[in-house]
Amino acid sequence: MTVEAAHPPPAVAAAEYDIRLIGLTKRFGDDVVAVDDISLDIDRGHFFALLGPSGCGKTTTLRMIGGFEEPTEGRIELGGVDVAPLPPYKRDVNTVFQSYALFPHLSIFENVAFGLRRRGVKGSQLRTRVIESLELVGLAGLEKRKPRQLSGGQQQRIALARALVNRPRVLLLDEPLGALDLKLRKEMQLELKRIQHEVGITFVHVTHDQEEAMTMADRIVIMNGGHIEQLGTPTELYESPRTAFVAGFLGVSNLLEGTAVAEDRVKLADGTEVRCPREVLGGRSGTVQIGVRPEKLRIGEGAGNTLSGTVTESAYIGVSTQYILDTPAGPVTVYMQNDRPGGQVATGERLTLSWSPESTFVVDTQEGTQ
Amino acid sequence: MTSVAVEARRPRRSAPAKSLAFVRRHLLTLWSVLFFGYLVLPIAVVAVFSFNAPKGRFNFQWEHFTFSNWTHWNAIPGIQSAVQLSLEIAVIASILATALGTLMALALVRYGFRGRGTTNFVVFLPLSTPEIVLGASLLTLFLNFSTPLGFKTILIAHVMFCVSFAVVTVKARLVGFDRHLEEAAMDLGANEWTTFQKVTLPLIAPAILAALLLCFAISIDDFVVTYFVAGSRVTFPIFVWGAARVATPPQINVIGIAFFVIAVTAMLGNVFVQNYRAKQA
Repeated sequence: MTVEAAHPPPAVAAAEYDIRLIGLTKRFGDDVVAVDDISLDIDRGHFFALLGPSGCGKTTTLRMIGGFEEPTEGRIELGGVDVAPLPPYKRDVNTVFQSYALFPHLSIFENVAFGLRRRGVKGSQLRTRVIESLELVGLAGLEKRKPRQLSGGQQQRIALARALVNRPRVLLLDEPLGALDLKLRKEMQLELKRIQHEVGITFVHVTHDQEEAMTMADRIVIMNGGHIEQLGTPTELYESPRTAFVAGFLGVSNLLEGTAVAEDRVKLADGTEVRCPREVLGGRSGTVQIGVRPEKLRIGEGAGNTLSGTVTESAYIGVSTQYILDTPAGPVTVYMQNDRPGGQVATGERLTLSWSPESTFVVDTQEGTQ
Repeated sequence: MTSVAVEARRPRRSAPAKSLAFVRRHLLTLWSVLFFGYLVLPIAVVAVFSFNAPKGRFNFQWEHFTFSNWTHWNAIPGIQSAVQLSLEIAVIASILATALGTLMALALVRYGFRGRGTTNFVVFLPLSTPEIVLGASLLTLFLNFSTPLGFKTILIAHVMFCVSFAVVTVKARLVGFDRHLEEAAMDLGANEWTTFQKVTLPLIAPAILAALLLCFAISIDDFVVTYFVAGSRVTFPIFVWGAARVATPPQINVIGIAFFVIAVTAMLGNVFVQNYRAKQA
């Protein structure tokens, strides 16, 4: 397949939105709010992930963009045009379904050609484009087979080819890797990323797998309970989560409750003062939670913040060892590299941990934190 | 090694014990053969007697073999028009009933609407109501509306009791239908009608065909309901019933077996084609 558009540099694309959701809401019945007043801009040519636990509204959002669910309120703009009242066949988007939804009665060729035929593409042009699309996913030569004769991974690629052959403005992917085994999933993650770079189409990928979202997406929006928790690049979300939910959903976090006592200082429950960047505390006062990732903690005294506690649990994971410490401020998880022989710390030993103020993030206190 | 040792140590059994074991092992086969015989024996008798040349008016005793009943199948006055009427009714009724039944099944499976439960129940009603009641009530209905009895009333009655079978058959296929397939079609630019034509219809076609054959088979041999609403028209089953009081010409067997062979061939053909397609896919 020829490269149709180079991957646009984010700086240029920033002004150009492919999808714009404005106040999007979906209610089922009278009391179930699946999606609650979501507003979101998705830049052209980005790999965008909608990430969240099941039931967070990510799939409903995707189905509304695709046209399979009618929004209760709000607008869905595709390239500046509101498509919310349009049926799926009048939208310039294509979907890769979780179940692949390949037509079992049609050959692979006819499956991929389905969209082109609807638009009146015929003859040699049709053939060329179908073959190109199959080549893009690495499955040229299988066009005479029926979907049932292919493996799950191959069916997944065909579903991708069938959607991409139409060169849509946006490609929607609804947990497309959910049914694949771990090894194949990892392979397809890289493959999808490569294909997205090659075709330069905006991808909107729904997943509940945080690792998958981190590996593939340029930007991630984390959803919970029908609304957006936080939007950002994988690094932003991981390094400075803004809510306890994001901190807990994306990787492991140590969250400790305290009180903001200065513009850059939080006093923990045991009286220890912790420093953090001013902009991270963001003018908060009263009760907050400070967070630090386990891998940012160092064992021993050091510059910046320190905290001591007793080792209550240790788990050897090969490359590192995970310890859980009981500190006066609460339980703390720490990873230690197994880089020196006999460096294990026994349960019951006291340890002092230190970390730099820059590695500290702050989230608001709320119910149900981890 | 161990298995060989065990084999060798197994005690030799006596002849009666052996035959008992044989019976025990093949009991299910035996039972199936008996049951199958019970089912096909009457049909076989009808088939055999279609080649008989009876002495009197009744075709109950075997005389000698002849093909003349088959070559002169319409030699009995009235039989040809009866067969023709039965075929016409069966073809039209099964097509109408299947078309209606398919649409009803689609509505019943796809949409939640007021009265869906009731409709589901009403659809099953003709399947469980005794035919004699159906016939009698239909006759009352037609008389009350002063509808002249004849082709139209027979057709209406046949469509009515066939529809239920069509609905049940098509519904079974639709229940397992992946709705994402239709969504995918629409996602790829097909509107509602194209989606139905290109995706829904081909996928439920086997069920529609099965419903068609089932309706045909039910319609062509219906006697009870038809007798009530036929007026002066004579379908093949009514002809047989009328003739049987004074004579049973072997031509009746000929027509009966011909219907049977056509129906069974069509059904087997359907099954065969479906299996072949399933293997291809």
